[in-house]
Amino acid sequence: MSVLLFLAQTLRIAVPYLFAASGGAIAERAGVVSLTLEGFMLGGAFGAVMGAYYTGNAWLGMLCGIAAGLLLGTIHALASIRFRADQVVVGVAINLFSVGITRFFLQLSFGSSSNSPRVVGFGSGSGGGSAAFLANPLVWLGLAVIPVLAFVVNKTRFGLRVRAVGEHPQAAASVGVPVNKVRYIAVIASGALAALGGVYLALDQHQFTDSMTAGRGFIALAAVIFGRWDPLRAGVACLLFAAAETLQIQLQAAQIIPSQFVAMIPYVLTIVAVAGVVGRSTPPAALGKTSE
Amino acid sequence: MNDSAPAIRLTAIDKHFGAVHANRGASLVVRDGEIHALVGENGAGKSTLMKILSGMMPTDSGTIEVHGRDVTGWDTSEAIDAGVGMVHQHFMLVPTLTVAENVVLGREPVSAGRFDRVRAVRDVESLCKQSGLDVPADRLVADLSVGEAQRVEILKLLYRGARVLLLDEPTAVLSPPEVAELWKVLRRLRDGGATIVLITHKLDEVMAVSENVTVMRAGATVEQMRTRDTSPEKIAKAMVGRDVDLTVRAGRSASDPTASAALDVRHLVVRGARVDRAVHDVSFRVAPGEILGIAGVEGNGQTELLEAIAGIRAVTSGEILLGAADITNRSVHTRGEAGLSHIPEDRHRRGLILDYSIADNLIFGQQHQFTSNGILLRDAILDHARSRIIEYDIRPTDPSLPARALSGGNQQKIVIAREMGRAFDVLLAAQPTRGVDVGAIEFIHAEIRKARDAGKAVLLVSAELKEVLTLSDRIGVMYGGRLVAMFSRAEASEEVIGPFMTGAKRELVA
Repeated sequence: MSVLLFLAQTLRIAVPYLFAASGGAIAERAGVVSLTLEGFMLGGAFGAVMGAYYTGNAWLGMLCGIAAGLLLGTIHALASIRFRADQVVVGVAINLFSVGITRFFLQLSFGSSSNSPRVVGFGSGSGGGSAAFLANPLVWLGLAVIPVLAFVVNKTRFGLRVRAVGEHPQAAASVGVPVNKVRYIAVIASGALAALGGVYLALDQHQFTDSMTAGRGFIALAAVIFGRWDPLRAGVACLLFAAAETLQIQLQAAQIIPSQFVAMIPYVLTIVAVAGVVGRSTPPAALGKTSE
Repeated sequence: MNDSAPAIRLTAIDKHFGAVHANRGASLVVRDGEIHALVGENGAGKSTLMKILSGMMPTDSGTIEVHGRDVTGWDTSEAIDAGVGMVHQHFMLVPTLTVAENVVLGREPVSAGRFDRVRAVRDVESLCKQSGLDVPADRLVADLSVGEAQRVEILKLLYRGARVLLLDEPTAVLSPPEVAELWKVLRRLRDGGATIVLITHKLDEVMAVSENVTVMRAGATVEQMRTRDTSPEKIAKAMVGRDVDLTVRAGRSASDPTASAALDVRHLVVRGARVDRAVHDVSFRVAPGEILGIAGVEGNGQTELLEAIAGIRAVTSGEILLGAADITNRSVHTRGEAGLSHIPEDRHRRGLILDYSIADNLIFGQQHQFTSNGILLRDAILDHARSRIIEYDIRPTDPSLPARALSGGNQQKIVIAREMGRAFDVLLAAQPTRGVDVGAIEFIHAEIRKARDAGKAVLLVSAELKEVLTLSDRIGVMYGGRLVAMFSRAEASEEVIGPFMTGAKRELVA
C-alpha cells in the first residue's frame, strides 16, 4: 500500500463529503440548520441514476441529480423560511422523505427495492483504477468547490450578507439586506451542492442502491461543525474523515483488530470532533432560529 | 420638498398588537434641525411610534410625513433612502463582523465582483473623522465597548446619509462620561443640520439636550412643550398623569455597626462566559439593615457576582457566608431556606416563566409549600396569589392571566412580590427597576427601603447610577471584575464615582 494509493483512496472517499460539507457550510452560515444534507445527497444520487439510465449520458445524469437537490433544497427553504417550521424537524422529515421516495421510484421504475440497473458513469471507458478516478470531472469539481465557497463566503458581498444573516438577521434586515432572499439562495444552493455528493457516489458505483448515502450527510455536517463553519477548515475536516475511513478499509483488510471496531473509526471520530474536543466551536448565532 | 414643513409630522397614528393598543391616535411634530425628546413611561408606545416612523412596522391608520412628503406605509429601506434612520435600544450589529463591515452592510462597495474591504475601511475611517465619532474601523464589533458599539450604530446611519436620526434610549447602557460624549456628538450633528429624536424616560437628559419635548402616555401623545419653558416635575406629571415625588431621599442606614454581617463575601473569584475571572477577588460585607449598592457599567462582573451569590453560577474560589452559614457550594434551594432572596436582573430569562400564570409565577421556589403529597394545592396557590396581587398592586388583578400579558412594571412586581413577600434576611436586587415605569419604580424603591428598615441586608446592583445613589447606604464600584472603590453615601456622587466606573481611577478594596 503506497502512500500515493492511500491519498488517492482518501480523495475518492472525500469527494462526496466535500460537496455535502460545502452545502452545509453555506446554509448554516446563513442560519439554517443543515440536517438535510443526507436527504439531499440521496436525492442527488437517485436523480443522477434516473437521468443517466434514461439518457445514457453521465452529464445529463449529473444535471438530473442537481435538479433533485434543487427541488429538495427548495422544499427545505420553503418549510424553514417561509413557513418558519422547526429546522431540525424539517431536516429529519426531508431525510425520511428522501429515503421513502427514492425507494418508491426505485420499485416503480426498476421493480427492485434494493438497487437500480447499472448506468453509465464518468470516465468509465478508461479501464477502472486510479486512472478512471482521475478522469472523473466530479473529483476535480469536488476539490474546487471548497476554495470557491471560501472565496464566496469571505470575499464577496453575498458572502458578507450570508454571514450577517446567520449571525444577526434583524441587524441585516434593519440595513435593508433581504434576509429571506439570502437564506433562500443559501439553502437551495446547499441542496444542489450536497446533491452533487450523491451524484458522485451513484455514478462512481454505476447504480443506485437503497439508502446508499449511509450517513455520509451527517458526517459532512460533523465536518462543518468540526471546521467551525469555515469552508476551508470544513474541507480539511472532510479530508481527515476520509483518511480515517481509508485507514479503516486498510486495517480491515489487514485483520489486526476486529473489523467491527475498525468500522467504527469514522463515526467515533465524528463524535469526538463534534463533542468539542477540538475546542469550543461557536455556531452562527441565529442558527436554527425561526425569524420574527 | 417643502422648506417650511417640519422634518417629521405624524398624525393620528394607531397601532394594535393583538389585544394591545400600543399607539392611540399619537401625533408628533419635529422641527427641522432640532433635538426632540420623546418621553413616556415604559409601554407608553414611544418605541412603537418610532418603529412606525422608521418603516419597521406599518401603522394601522394615520399618516406619516417627512419634510412635507406623505410617506405613510414605507419600509425601512425607503426610510433609509429618505435619510431617516433609527438607533435601536438593542444594537443591530453583527458581532462577528468588523466595524467597517457592519457600517457598510447593505450598501457594500464592490469591485470586480468582490466586496471591497479596503474601500469600506477607508470610507468608514473618513466618516469617523468627519463626524467626530471615534471607532477603530478594523476591529470586530464583538470586541467593542458598549459606547463604541453605539457609535457604530450612529455611523451606520450617517454612512447612509441619514438626516433624521431616531435614538431609542441611547444612554441606558452608557457610563456618565460616555453619556457626555454622546451629547457632544448629537449637538455636533444637530449643528450640522441633522434632526434628532431622542427616546428616553430620564428627565435630566431631556432637560440637558432637547429643544422640544413630546410626552406620551398610554399610547397617546399627551403634551408637547418647549424644554426651556418646562420642568422635570411638569414632564413627570404629564408622563404619569399625576404628581410624582422626584426628590432623592438620602439613604438612612438602619444598620447596627456592631452587628455581624448578614452577607459576607470573601475573595470571590467567578468564571464568566468569555473570561476566566469575570469576578476577580472580590470581598465585601453587608450588614443587617444596610443597602450596599454596586455601581458600574454593565459587563464588569456585576452579573456574575450576583449569580454566584444566588447560586446559579459556580464559584471558582472564595467564600460566601450567609450569617454564619457557608453557602459557597450550596444549592439555590438551600440558599433560599437559609434566608436569601434574589431579584434576577433579567426577569424574562430568570425571573418569570412568561407563559405561566401570575399565580404560578408567584410560588416559584416555594412551590413545595403549596403541595400535598406532590399534588399542587390550586386553591392555596390562588389565595396566595390574590393576597400578593393586592399587597403589591399587580395589575391586572386576575391571577390566572399569563405573566406575558402584563406590562414590564407589573411583571417586575410579580418577581418583587415573590422574593420579598417571603421570609428572608438577605436580598439580592439586580437591576430591580430595569424597563419599569416611573410609578412602579417609586413602588419598588419604597419596598427595598422598607426591607432595609426592617433590618434586612440588601445587595443592590444597578446600571442606573442614580438608582444606586438614591437607595444605597454604601456604594461600591466594579470595574473589570474587581471592586475598585467603596464609598459611604455622604462621599458618593456621580462626579466622584464616574471615573471609577470607566477604570480611569481605582483604589482597590480589599
